[in-house]
Amino acid sequence: MFSLEGLTNFIHEWLNGHLPATFALLVEFVIVGVAAIGLFAVLGLGLVWMERKVAAVMQIRLGPNRLGPKGIFQTSADTVKLIMKEALTPSNADKFLFNLAPFIVIIVAMLILVPIAFARNFQIWDINIGVLYVTAVSSLSVIGILMAGWSSGNKYSLLGAMRSGAQIVSYELSAGLSIISIIVLTGSLKISDIVASQENGWWIFKGHIPAIIAFVIFIIAATAETNRAPFDLAEAESELTAGFHTEYGGMKFALFFLSEYINIFIVCAICATLFLGGWMPFHIGSWTAFNHIMDYIPSSIWFFGKTIFLIFVIMWFRWTFPRLRVDQLLNLEWKYLLPISMFNVLLMTLMAIMGWHF
Amino acid sequence: MFLADYIKDVYGAVKSLLTGMKLTGYYFTHHKEIITEEYPNNRATLKLADRFKGEVWMPHDENNEHACTGCSSCEIACPNGSIKIVSMNVINAEGKKKKAIDQHIYRLDMCTMCGLCVEACPTDAIHMRNTFELSVFDRNHLIMRLNKPGSKIREGVE
Repeated sequence: MFSLEGLTNFIHEWLNGHLPATFALLVEFVIVGVAAIGLFAVLGLGLVWMERKVAAVMQIRLGPNRLGPKGIFQTSADTVKLIMKEALTPSNADKFLFNLAPFIVIIVAMLILVPIAFARNFQIWDINIGVLYVTAVSSLSVIGILMAGWSSGNKYSLLGAMRSGAQIVSYELSAGLSIISIIVLTGSLKISDIVASQENGWWIFKGHIPAIIAFVIFIIAATAETNRAPFDLAEAESELTAGFHTEYGGMKFALFFLSEYINIFIVCAICATLFLGGWMPFHIGSWTAFNHIMDYIPSSIWFFGKTIFLIFVIMWFRWTFPRLRVDQLLNLEWKYLLPISMFNVLLMTLMAIMGWHF
Repeated sequence: MFLADYIKDVYGAVKSLLTGMKLTGYYFTHHKEIITEEYPNNRATLKLADRFKGEVWMPHDENNEHACTGCSSCEIACPNGSIKIVSMNVINAEGKKKKAIDQHIYRLDMCTMCGLCVEACPTDAIHMRNTFELSVFDRNHLIMRLNKPGSKIREGVE
């Protein structure tokens, strides 16, 4: 049966058989780096195409349909165009920060990729504080956005960046609290432990209503943290032209655009890991025969299927809901999501202590 | 009570958002609803609405007869002078002189497709046609004669 685990083991053994251990490790580093960049490219192209198709069908249109079957090469052509374009730096800009900002944003996105379990035993680094690491590093991306907005020397960019800062800082609270409510159940921050604890059923089913509330709050907070509609105040085309990346063009803009989609993928991957069992197939309690059949589907397919489903849900939000005003955005977080998620953590803790979950 | 209002607020918000998502979800799963026309590709099967206003057209029947009496109502109704009626006198069977249409000149280059001439016509002689591929290389082709050469008014139309 196909598994990514076998592939990594094969590469590891082959390299160690032909090279000294240190060189083998270095070559593995390079392979992992190239694979991560490759994943970025594929995700960027694929998700932009998916976004445009989903948007089109939800608005009763056709979407890209000229280049390749169903227009799948459209995004590749767009990328080529972006590469060919001149990446201009405005004369008013703080040149060093202006040119650094897109790389900060993309490097942060790349760092969060580290603890994600893509398949059974297929993970870059199974760090023991995996979820904490993700929440800590993901808040760094706001620095890149603030840097871009500040250094552009443009009032729209600055406004967009400030909005983005306020938004990410406040929504991280409820995202963190809904992560905690699952950590209470698993008792471990390690991604592999969290996935293993869902062997007999995913947390969204085992955790009753509090888990579902936590899931919904996490999805809302994730949408806000990735600056996507209905929380795309940082960009807000109708008010701020393009927000923090107004002054960027060519490949520098493309890096911001790419990092938005990578962030969506990562956030959805974390959500899938916490609530929908990561790479764990759909298992029901002690139905051994049923569980065994489900195990025949490779774990990578389970992981990517769940993640892409969640990405689709977030796209569904984007093409349905109108954008919130700044005060409405902060109202929603501080008056609704935060109290509800605090109460929810309390309920979850009570449930974990009494052992009411399955 | 405060808490009841709060819960009602959350419930109402979630319900209205789900209503929106239901509609977009319906469109996502029902591709038949897509209204985009892939125009140059579907030229053969393209169907336009009857109310579409393309160009003014005078229908002729199989005997090369039309219903235009040459009354100039359309020329008077036209807001920017796109229609010019050239009339002539014909002698009918009883030996009387009668006014008839010689040339119904229509300038498509000036026409705004308002349709007032069609409404003004007392004998329903002109219509708006569905054609919309009207570009030509020489603008003189846009000045057209609507009644065909040798055509005459249909019997019984006054």
